[in-house]
Amino acid sequence: MQTSNLIIALLVMSALAYFFGYQRSRGFARQLGGVSNLHSLPTYYGMRVALWCGLPSVLLLFVCLAFEETIISKMLLSGIPDEIRPTSIAEYNLLMNKIENLASGALSSEGVKPALLDAAAALGYLRDMSQRLLTGLAMLVAGGGGFWGWWRMSAQLRARQQVEKIFKGFLLLCASLAIFTTLGILLSVIFESVRFFQQVPISEFLFGLEWSPQTAIRPDQVGGSGSFGAVPLFLGTMLISFIAMTVAVPAGLMSAIYLAEYAGSKVRSFVKPALEILAGVPTVVYGYFAALTVAPLIRDTGTSMGLSVTSESALAAGLVMGIMIIPFISSLADDVINAVPQTMRDGSLALGATHSETIKQVIIPAALPGIVGGVLLAVSRAIGETMIVVMAAGLAANLTVNPLDTVTTVTVQIVTLLVGDQEFDSAKTLSAFALGLMLFLVTLGLNYIALRVVKKYREQYE
Amino acid sequence: MSALTMNLTATASEENSFDSAPEQTVVEDTVGFPLVDDPKIRARNASVFYGDKQAIFNIDLDIGKHEVIAMIGPSGCGKSTFLRTINRMNDTVDGCRVSGEFLLEEDNIYGSKMDVVELRARVGMVFQKPNPFPKSIFDNVAYGPKIHGLAGSRVELDEIVENSLKRAGLWAEVKDRLQQPGTGLSGGQQQRLCIARAISISPEVILMDEPCSALDPIATARIEELIAELAENYTIVIVTHSMQQAARVSHRTAYFHLGKLVEVNETEKVFTTPEHKLTEAYITGRFG
Repeated sequence: MQTSNLIIALLVMSALAYFFGYQRSRGFARQLGGVSNLHSLPTYYGMRVALWCGLPSVLLLFVCLAFEETIISKMLLSGIPDEIRPTSIAEYNLLMNKIENLASGALSSEGVKPALLDAAAALGYLRDMSQRLLTGLAMLVAGGGGFWGWWRMSAQLRARQQVEKIFKGFLLLCASLAIFTTLGILLSVIFESVRFFQQVPISEFLFGLEWSPQTAIRPDQVGGSGSFGAVPLFLGTMLISFIAMTVAVPAGLMSAIYLAEYAGSKVRSFVKPALEILAGVPTVVYGYFAALTVAPLIRDTGTSMGLSVTSESALAAGLVMGIMIIPFISSLADDVINAVPQTMRDGSLALGATHSETIKQVIIPAALPGIVGGVLLAVSRAIGETMIVVMAAGLAANLTVNPLDTVTTVTVQIVTLLVGDQEFDSAKTLSAFALGLMLFLVTLGLNYIALRVVKKYREQYE
Repeated sequence: MSALTMNLTATASEENSFDSAPEQTVVEDTVGFPLVDDPKIRARNASVFYGDKQAIFNIDLDIGKHEVIAMIGPSGCGKSTFLRTINRMNDTVDGCRVSGEFLLEEDNIYGSKMDVVELRARVGMVFQKPNPFPKSIFDNVAYGPKIHGLAGSRVELDEIVENSLKRAGLWAEVKDRLQQPGTGLSGGQQQRLCIARAISISPEVILMDEPCSALDPIATARIEELIAELAENYTIVIVTHSMQQAARVSHRTAYFHLGKLVEVNETEKVFTTPEHKLTEAYITGRFG
């Protein structure tokens, strides 16, 4: 049976198990004179038997599937004669690929070594066998588990607690998925970064003032010696983020104040979703808006004023990024301003303060920690933003703080380093991971601080 | 179980019989003496609507100078709503409409010439829940004087803050920690801080909306003493759920029922020989 069919079959068996468990508990209830004499409701008994039936069998299925390919490969390899036995991982992969293609008929068998043809035939046989074995085993475990669960039932059985416990475990599993993914990303980036730092000293990376990652691929090639000073990239990132925040913080904050304090419910119900649409626009769309509309506009305006402006400027990217971030700040600030208790407003108004005095002197100070938290989250978002800067900021790693000049950012460099055909052991490619690691640490730090600040703010009012 | 049901039914039928007796429930005119000579606040034919719902019905009431008047009545009877019409705090409520005549001495509270900011500087308010700003103790009290430009210099401001805190009976407790946050004080201290904040701008009237309902008995006693002291200089309107409190602190007591002003009389008279049956029923605890 195929795996998908097998899973369906297991589900059907679990459903049957639920039914039998449910029926048996009803039987107990009849003997004892009512469901209230059972420890748990009949559905819990049914659920428990179903779990006994489904859970071990599905677990077994996944474990077997995880090891199936490895075991089959090992068995195939043992049958292959010494002269074509692979000596490296690359060769091994090629060989396995060839056998696979032979078995599926994608590769014609003409002129192929008979040993390989044998292996291809064996692969088909082994796969078939393992499929049957797995089906039988899973069914057996499901049936056995279900019967065990059904047989061990009694009226005093604490079925409700057992089911609760399993669901708790299941929820925990789902929650830990995100954590393990983060951990996995971090580890993969760290490993590659370590390889990078074996080739380039960490001090050069952190403090070097020149970024030019071109390295010679062949020894005879004339190419840049490669310099990996990340300072221009981080400076560029900070410059663009700074420009973005000077746009987004005032605009976001003011619109939040307007929405929370002045706007009537009609205006609010229209403006707030409209603002939040800004957050839903794909960043690539912002990217070409920046590259095709804003950047030429800035260039032309600058030129007419006698300034030298490049077509791809930090200003254009920063401005558009700022607009993109407005809804983050306005939405978060709106929430914290609304969370300031009404009694605080009343207290100030009752003292004869005007509305704007109340906002400036009472509401904003009270909401400040939350606003700061929101701004920090927005900063980490600006630092990590890629698409807009790829399209609008340029690639030249200039060490400058002139917003009219072309700068490049960490994320842009990561993209350009990894796009196209790459050697995965050259310092050039590996530097992308080091940059990624730095970026990860910076945004992680910012997020941590932001969450701490927001949490502190919440404690103040709850 | 059955005893409880019977008890409930008994109460219900008692209330029903109470409702069915017309001379007891229909409030024609306010009994007692709601009007005084040369009042601080004069309300005539006052009605308040929240949307389509009328919360207060044609109330006539005067509040005298340097008088403490208590407003009592069951929940939802309109006493807090009436209180908030005096400093126009109802303006901030959506769909709230006020009709009738309200005078603060000679000035029309709802007149076009009245500046609501100035009105609230003359009519201070203390709320049910202590609501100090998230600022230092000093800044909490200095907030009003700063807004209204009452202090010409830092020294004057210090004086105003010190005097306000002294009059609110808080100075001795906080004089060494004026720069600490006001939210760090105990509930009773916070409420006295709010009173200090209210008197810092020298209002003529202080409105108190159940100022002790969130406080323990000792803090309550302290606030009640304070009200008696403040009455020498201010007109005080206090809404309270505690009849003992009304009896202890006020000169006159007004009893509200379902948006109508039922009886206004000397406090002693209200609590010993009330004129209206509804008042009697309320103060003897027949409903509330």
